[in-house]
Amino acid sequence: MTITYTSDHFKEQAHQALGEPNLQRALDRTTTLLQARRARAYAEFEEFESTRDAASRIKDHVLRHLDHYLERFETAATAAGCKVHWARTADEACAIVVDLCKAARAQTVTRVKSMLGEEIGLPEALDGAGLERVETDLAEHINQLAGDRPSHIVIPALHKTREEVSELFREAHGHGRRIEEVAELVQSARLALREKYFKADVGISGANFLIADTGSVCTVTNEGNAELTMELPRVHIVTAGIEKLVPSMDHAAVLLRVLARSALGMEITQYTTFLTGPRRPGDRDGPEEMHIVLVDAGRTELLADELAPILKCIRCAACINHCPVYGQIGGHAYGGIYQGPMGSVLTPMAASLAKAKDLPHACTLNGRCVDVCPVKIPLTDLIRTLRERIWQQQLTDRPTRWGLGLWGQVVRRPALYRLASRISARALRVWARGKPMIKRLPLDGAWTKSRDFPTPEPGGTFMERYRRGER
Amino acid sequence: MNDRPAKSEVALFVTCLADAIRPSTAFAAARLIEACGFRVHVPDAQTCCGQPAFNSGDTATARALAERFVEAFEPYAYVVAPSGSCMGMLKTHLPHLFADDPAWLERHAALAERCYELSSFLADVADFTPEGRYAGRVTYHHGCSALRELGVRTQPERLITALSGLSYMPLAHPEACCGFGGTFCVKYADISTAIADEKVDDILATGAKTLIGGDLGCLFNIQGRLHRRGADMEVLHLAELLAGSTDTRPAEASGS
Repeated sequence: MTITYTSDHFKEQAHQALGEPNLQRALDRTTTLLQARRARAYAEFEEFESTRDAASRIKDHVLRHLDHYLERFETAATAAGCKVHWARTADEACAIVVDLCKAARAQTVTRVKSMLGEEIGLPEALDGAGLERVETDLAEHINQLAGDRPSHIVIPALHKTREEVSELFREAHGHGRRIEEVAELVQSARLALREKYFKADVGISGANFLIADTGSVCTVTNEGNAELTMELPRVHIVTAGIEKLVPSMDHAAVLLRVLARSALGMEITQYTTFLTGPRRPGDRDGPEEMHIVLVDAGRTELLADELAPILKCIRCAACINHCPVYGQIGGHAYGGIYQGPMGSVLTPMAASLAKAKDLPHACTLNGRCVDVCPVKIPLTDLIRTLRERIWQQQLTDRPTRWGLGLWGQVVRRPALYRLASRISARALRVWARGKPMIKRLPLDGAWTKSRDFPTPEPGGTFMERYRRGER
Repeated sequence: MNDRPAKSEVALFVTCLADAIRPSTAFAAARLIEACGFRVHVPDAQTCCGQPAFNSGDTATARALAERFVEAFEPYAYVVAPSGSCMGMLKTHLPHLFADDPAWLERHAALAERCYELSSFLADVADFTPEGRYAGRVTYHHGCSALRELGVRTQPERLITALSGLSYMPLAHPEACCGFGGTFCVKYADISTAIADEKVDDILATGAKTLIGGDLGCLFNIQGRLHRRGADMEVLHLAELLAGSTDTRPAEASGS
């Protein structure tokens, strides 16, 4: 199902987020911790840089030969007993999944979080088909109860404080207690979810990697819910973007070495599961049917675009965790499925540039995201490319366009530029009335709403003073 | 290379903020470069590095400025700017603008290898050891462009700690952006301020009485927030600290 983007209200949403004390507390707690953890993991892993190089090259290689690996994967997965489905669009993908659920006469479906599922609007599609959808990730369970979207691709309920979760569980889990201990909260969710695993007819998951030569699906998780979701129900459906392919297990191993370290500062997650086909004769567990839905949803188009490197993304969230803007406003303000730097590249492509034109601009271009990206995506270059398109398509607001246009004419003419500098510096000094800092700037008050501005030094600009012989 | 300019000729890229608001920074930079035995030139044809245009997507204007920069500065042995941000643009981003033009790319490449942000020029090229004295506790804010585009990481601290009488108090989060971001700081002023507040908290927590930086953009942003929050702190460009020109402070030095 096509999801609703609210990225065109970015400014209001960001403003609101800045004023939410609970969100601010949650962001402070989490982003600082994740940065410190990643730094420690980096320091303790000597080959981090060379592994990053290798990981980046693997993703580049796969994207160059995607057609080859897709066919290879389909052949191997089919041989292992899976049914492979191809979906061109998000709607097609959702329709395939809903049809498979109907064919299985499903009433209850368990789901383990996948960002692709969110991206294609799968939760909404399942709800719309009248299925009982059970989100089994602790965080997604919280989001489902609260009616929220994920606010972070790895920690989907990052925006919720422990206290808020306690309040949600008190009613939803029917025990009426206000739990303070995290372990007890987890237990409360565990009890509520446990029976659903056994009731579910279909389990739906995503994939962190699709292994082309074996047809395996690899998932990387921490809670154990993925295994219960993928292995207990009679039917297991995987939805995965076509960019998730890797040539072999060896290649997946390289990416695994950087994934958990970049995401959470862990050497490896609690569970790294490789599933190859449904239950075989003699197997003690596993689903009877395993379906893999390979989703394009704009990826082939992106492959031919200057922004193609974003397809290398392994959804680790390191860029998000190190983004100063995300650190202040959290994920919901972005108004889409993905957040922070990677989201500011993906959302304009998914929602339309016009709707999401704020996202590439709401970035200081500080470059830390590029430094921490485990597959070396040049995020700031991609963000600038989007800014260029926004400018070319005349989506930039008129005052900015005119202001920059006028400035552009002045800076191309050194003599005029020097004159303009002299006039501005003098005007500001007059405006400052002898004070060292200006409390309110003329024309545009955006700077001085919250910051003072230094008064220009006396005596004129550097260029005129230097020309007068001052040294 | 026969047409290589004499080794001692340095062109100063003044930067628009130093030119209009804080000439002390540019004078200090010029004095430091001369103290190292170089001759300083200030080409008249210089204007802006082009970042406001480049980062707003107006590549046509940015390209025009890029050509102007190469033409005006290629006669000199070195180009030095008292800003990691402007120098990051001039040294690392101009090739994006010349991508379709091998001739310009080549001219730029030849120039780029002689382009330096001030602290790295002083520490790496000029082998400068400051001899002055500055009494007090100071901290340093790394501009993101210097840090990540130019790899200027240790040079500022090496120069600062060579001064006598000073104690250096590093920030707890030296990699963190101050929230300036060029046009970002006015387009998304409230987000920018929230980021600046974290930087200000980090700075105040060091107990330093003076904040040093290598980029006036960051410094104006941080100083503006410090001042609005009522914090009493001296804010200096690294060039001013090293050149001992800390007596020429803006506006306070004399009336308007």
